[in-house]
Amino acid sequence: MATKQPINDPMVDPRTGEYAVIAPGHNFKSVTQKIAGLVLTSNTPLGWFFGLMVAGGLATLVAISVTWLFLKGVGIWGVTMPGAWGFAIINFVWWIGIGHAGTLISAILLLFKQTWRNSINRFAEAMTIFAVVCAGMFPLIHVGRPWLGYWLFPYPNTMNVWPQFRSPLAWDVFAVSTYATISVVFWYIGMIPDFGTLRDRATMPLARYSYGILSLGWRGSTRHWIRYETASLLLAGLSTPLVLSVHTVISFDFAVAALAGWHTTIFPPYFVAGAVYSGFAMVLTLAIPIRKFYHMEDLVTLRHLDNMAKVMLATGSIVAYGYGMEVFMSWYSASHWEFFMMWNRMFGPMWWGYWILILTNIAIPLTTLWSRKLRVNVGYLFVLSFIVNIGMWFERFVIVVTSLYREYLPSSWGTYVATKWDYMLFIGTWGLFTCLFLLFVRFLPMIPMSEIRMMLPQTKINRRGPDAETVIEETT
Amino acid sequence: MPRREGIYGLLAEFNTPGELVHATEEARRVGYRRMECYTPYPVEEAAEALHFHKNRVPLVCLLGGLMGVTTAFLMETWIAVWAYPLNIAGRPLFSWPAFIIPAYEWTILFSGLSAAFGMLALNGLPQLYHPLFNAPNFRNGATTDKFFLCLEATDPQFSPAGTRNFLEQFHAVSVVEVDH
Repeated sequence: MATKQPINDPMVDPRTGEYAVIAPGHNFKSVTQKIAGLVLTSNTPLGWFFGLMVAGGLATLVAISVTWLFLKGVGIWGVTMPGAWGFAIINFVWWIGIGHAGTLISAILLLFKQTWRNSINRFAEAMTIFAVVCAGMFPLIHVGRPWLGYWLFPYPNTMNVWPQFRSPLAWDVFAVSTYATISVVFWYIGMIPDFGTLRDRATMPLARYSYGILSLGWRGSTRHWIRYETASLLLAGLSTPLVLSVHTVISFDFAVAALAGWHTTIFPPYFVAGAVYSGFAMVLTLAIPIRKFYHMEDLVTLRHLDNMAKVMLATGSIVAYGYGMEVFMSWYSASHWEFFMMWNRMFGPMWWGYWILILTNIAIPLTTLWSRKLRVNVGYLFVLSFIVNIGMWFERFVIVVTSLYREYLPSSWGTYVATKWDYMLFIGTWGLFTCLFLLFVRFLPMIPMSEIRMMLPQTKINRRGPDAETVIEETT
Repeated sequence: MPRREGIYGLLAEFNTPGELVHATEEARRVGYRRMECYTPYPVEEAAEALHFHKNRVPLVCLLGGLMGVTTAFLMETWIAVWAYPLNIAGRPLFSWPAFIIPAYEWTILFSGLSAAFGMLALNGLPQLYHPLFNAPNFRNGATTDKFFLCLEATDPQFSPAGTRNFLEQFHAVSVVEVDH
């Protein structure tokens, strides 16, 4: 691809015109020192404390609103008939969708041997786990009696009651709990060699012991590495169908219901594409400040940002196709209810939701991301990542609220108004997510060191090269 | 169980993966078998030099997956047909298409956990103590930027002096004796 960048830019490969994945001049030691240094330093940047304070302050909103919810019940939320699903489900789907990009980066891109993903996969996986933490909270607290949440699981009990496996909500329990478990295991397994590095480089005894235990005694043995690589590939191969199934099952929560606007076969692919779309936007939201504050521009390069923007362009186009197909089917189905639902979405009392969605999810990103100049414009991508995530939140809002509040019988029409508790809890989860992420970048290696080492030119083994020949001659 | 004392092996340190692979191939050629390479990232050529081609992680993963799918499907069938039969919109009690989805999830759950924990078990991890951690240069390099070959004392060809001579011909940065 042709480039307009000056040819003497060290970050651009002169042969291909692409940005480098790692800045030239790095070796095994320098990448290790750079990444391990962020964790092992005793100087925590002041900005980190400030960020943790702000995020922690927001996270207390979760504690306050959940406590009040437990005392008063779900009546403090805006949910009522006919809008029985409100913010809790919107936020659940939004957060879990964000998590999906982490799995996509760590699993699918690994299977496709996209080595550029090595720099961003660790914090994308961390993002997945923290997003699942935020997402998983909502179904648990919206059941009304959250202290009985374990009733969702099949376990022998004195009531002789068991889950009902023909319901998508029961499938959801299996899908989301499997997703959370496998994501945590995949993340931890990926960090074991890096914990070994941290153990060996730590100077403070507490750090040495903690990372030593976390590393499980990793010593880089070749036989271990081969089994480790096999297990990583298998986990990637398993996570790929898993991530597709999780959002498919979530879309079944809607699609199985006989409600205009939900009862459609396009939901599974369009939900998965939307999830990846919002997830990549969130990776950009996180990666851009991190590479700036921690001076990671030589490991998370413009190549990564460009590639992520391309993935957003692709998944965003699938989402746009989904929206188009919904509109088309509401006409082509010749169903009065489907037609009314779409008309009501576009021009009913909540018309603004639909048009914000079209503007932020389709109009702005899908017109601008075609330009390479904008795809490598860090400031623009940062703003765009917020726009897309707002858009993806409104997508779930439109699906949940505008399908429900004017259902079949006009006599039962109502409206949906979120209360301050809905907003508090939602904003609180941003704080919780940011808090967890800040703790992660401080105490865990945010870029996989062993995988970065594999991308360096020094890994090339010159089997028949001049060095090997001379060594053999000298020794025989 | 043999008594764990005395010499564990001789540890040669190299600066590049190429030197390590060459030394390993030569050691294998002259008959050493109980040896292991230690590298800061996976070096496939070193595994080839050690003639370590197959591992059982995929088998463990497959068995886990089969266990997951059977467990979930049988559990659902038992619950829906015998333990708690419910008439849901007139559907048959044995509505197997609906049971596929949780069974699919548990296939992934069980096989993923088997792959991860099976890999750790086959590797003998967690093992917080290992004689190599006693070597003065091992922890400084093996997880950062150096490449190690350890010829172990349990090998019949091993002799402290002879093996040291053998290793030194490869221009190792250092050859150190590691004790238990």
